[in-house]
Amino acid sequence: MIKLDNLTKIFNTPSGPIVAAENVSMDVPEGEICILLGPSGCGKTTALKMVNRLIPKTSGKIFIGGKDTDGIDVTELRRNIGYVIQQIGLFPNMTVVDNVCVVPDLLGWDRRKSRTRAKELLELVNLDPAIFVDRFPKELSGGQQQRVGVARALAADPPVMLMDEPFGAIDPINREVIQDEFLKMQKTLRKTIMFVSHDIDEAVKMGDKIAIFRAGRLVQYDSPDNVLAHPKDSFVADFVGSDRTLKRLRLISVAEAMLKVPAVTAETALEEVTAILRDGGHEAAIVVDADGRTDGFVSSEIAESRRGLVGDHRSRLPATVDVDADLRTAVSLMFTHDIGWLACTDGEGRYKGIVTQPGITHLLGRTYGASSRRAPTAPAMATD
Amino acid sequence: MRASALTFRRPPAAMRFLIPLGAFGLGAIASANGLITDILDYWEDIVFLSGQHMELVLTAGGLAIATGVPLGVLLSRPHLRRVAETIMQTLNIGTTIPTLAVLALSMTLLGLGFVPAVFGLWLATLLPITRNAYTGLLEVPAHLKEAATGMGMTPLQMLWRVELPNALFVIFAGIRTALAVCVGTAPLAFLIGGGGLGELIFTGIDLSDPGMMLAGAIPTALLAFLTDFAIGRCQMWLVPRGVNPLR
Repeated sequence: MIKLDNLTKIFNTPSGPIVAAENVSMDVPEGEICILLGPSGCGKTTALKMVNRLIPKTSGKIFIGGKDTDGIDVTELRRNIGYVIQQIGLFPNMTVVDNVCVVPDLLGWDRRKSRTRAKELLELVNLDPAIFVDRFPKELSGGQQQRVGVARALAADPPVMLMDEPFGAIDPINREVIQDEFLKMQKTLRKTIMFVSHDIDEAVKMGDKIAIFRAGRLVQYDSPDNVLAHPKDSFVADFVGSDRTLKRLRLISVAEAMLKVPAVTAETALEEVTAILRDGGHEAAIVVDADGRTDGFVSSEIAESRRGLVGDHRSRLPATVDVDADLRTAVSLMFTHDIGWLACTDGEGRYKGIVTQPGITHLLGRTYGASSRRAPTAPAMATD
Repeated sequence: MRASALTFRRPPAAMRFLIPLGAFGLGAIASANGLITDILDYWEDIVFLSGQHMELVLTAGGLAIATGVPLGVLLSRPHLRRVAETIMQTLNIGTTIPTLAVLALSMTLLGLGFVPAVFGLWLATLLPITRNAYTGLLEVPAHLKEAATGMGMTPLQMLWRVELPNALFVIFAGIRTALAVCVGTAPLAFLIGGGGLGELIFTGIDLSDPGMMLAGAIPTALLAFLTDFAIGRCQMWLVPRGVNPLR
């Protein structure tokens, strides 16, 4: 959808030319979020701003939807690209609704149509139109302002959005909330988004793809899991951090790591439980009630050492985890309760399976086996 | 969001009592000396000359707004940025020339009467208006301009929809001070045959007639105060609420 082809930017400064972007080529598929990531001064913002020509490119081509943007009038190009900046940039002289309608007004939409659309958008970004339409930006909190900023960028329903560290100025708690809301919106809107960030955690959370820049060059362009698991060089490895494998926990859902251990009921005999556990090599069996909800567990030691029915020997489960949660949540729960495994439940609390620490370790480690030569080791990183 | 150079505060509570009290005291002394009756003897002159005075101020001030604001806008445009600072510096030096000297120069160019008086006052009023319009527009935060450009506004659309509304409060502050000062300077116009309340002030001084002098001075002060107040009201109601610290 957005294609950069050998994009280069050279700034001529009094102290000589500075290369801000050098032969950057990349392709953002339709409906995906591509995070441009890197330290400050790496050229990620320059690359972004060349797309809507806030910074004129020195050479190269930019295609949007297969069309060379050189042939499109600059104002028309910009009106068809949603733009969100870190400083938010709501116009203080306009009310919230007028701010949202800036581009529709520029495009000459019917006023009633644009105002109705603005109200829908405010609802979409979780702001009650009844309360917020006639407020001025100075009467909103930072988080509310950036929600309006996002609504404004979406107003004319552009297929493409450019976001320059959009959530960078928002406090960490609100940032998480807005990121989650934005991802939820994106699931239905499916915009093609270029998103600048310097925060690897944000990149891993928000991105379908991550493009890592260094000194004007695109170093690696890959899925978040690949960037974390197989950093291309020591710079990327350093940048994503030595805890990069831990970060991958966030990318994998509990369902992917879950083992399907059969459930038992209160009426099951302990001998039968022992048989089940021995078959699968599992540590414990989960007890479920008539509705399939978790109702305690029996460990293999107890099943082997005692006799009778499960109902008389079960223990309480210290914690359960939702199958849709990410592995970070699961591991965190394991550490909190000092346990090696967790029962997984669906939204209604019905038992689905268990996740174990060895299972997670194995899943994360699997990708390294085939490519251990590509992944740099820790001492190699230190030489950079 | 933006640290404006101009902040407005109400006078402290004690001052609000002291000012009327002082005015009352002065009035009592004046009335005891028979000054008030002396001043009121000139009532007809006061009314006529006040009209003439305001005619001078409104003509000069109106012309100054009509030229100063566009000049400030023009100088704030990016393609003029290089020369703008030089021009503003020249204007700043111009402000330091005493108005009396400006009027004298204006007289040598244009002779006596209304036109040279208006020209002199226009020149004196123009500078603060231009300066505030220029700095007000330059102070509009860069990220607002970036957002406006990024969303596809043309430079003219950006000027009308973003820059001018956001600079309006500062522009108004310039007009407000400039016109109040203009009212206070306009008595000098009498010296080059421009008329106005200066006629009572300067003749009163020449004749050592305090009643006559005050008959010119007090209305001048009142008119200056009223002008400031009236423009203050305009500033309050015309500047959009989102960028108006008064609302």
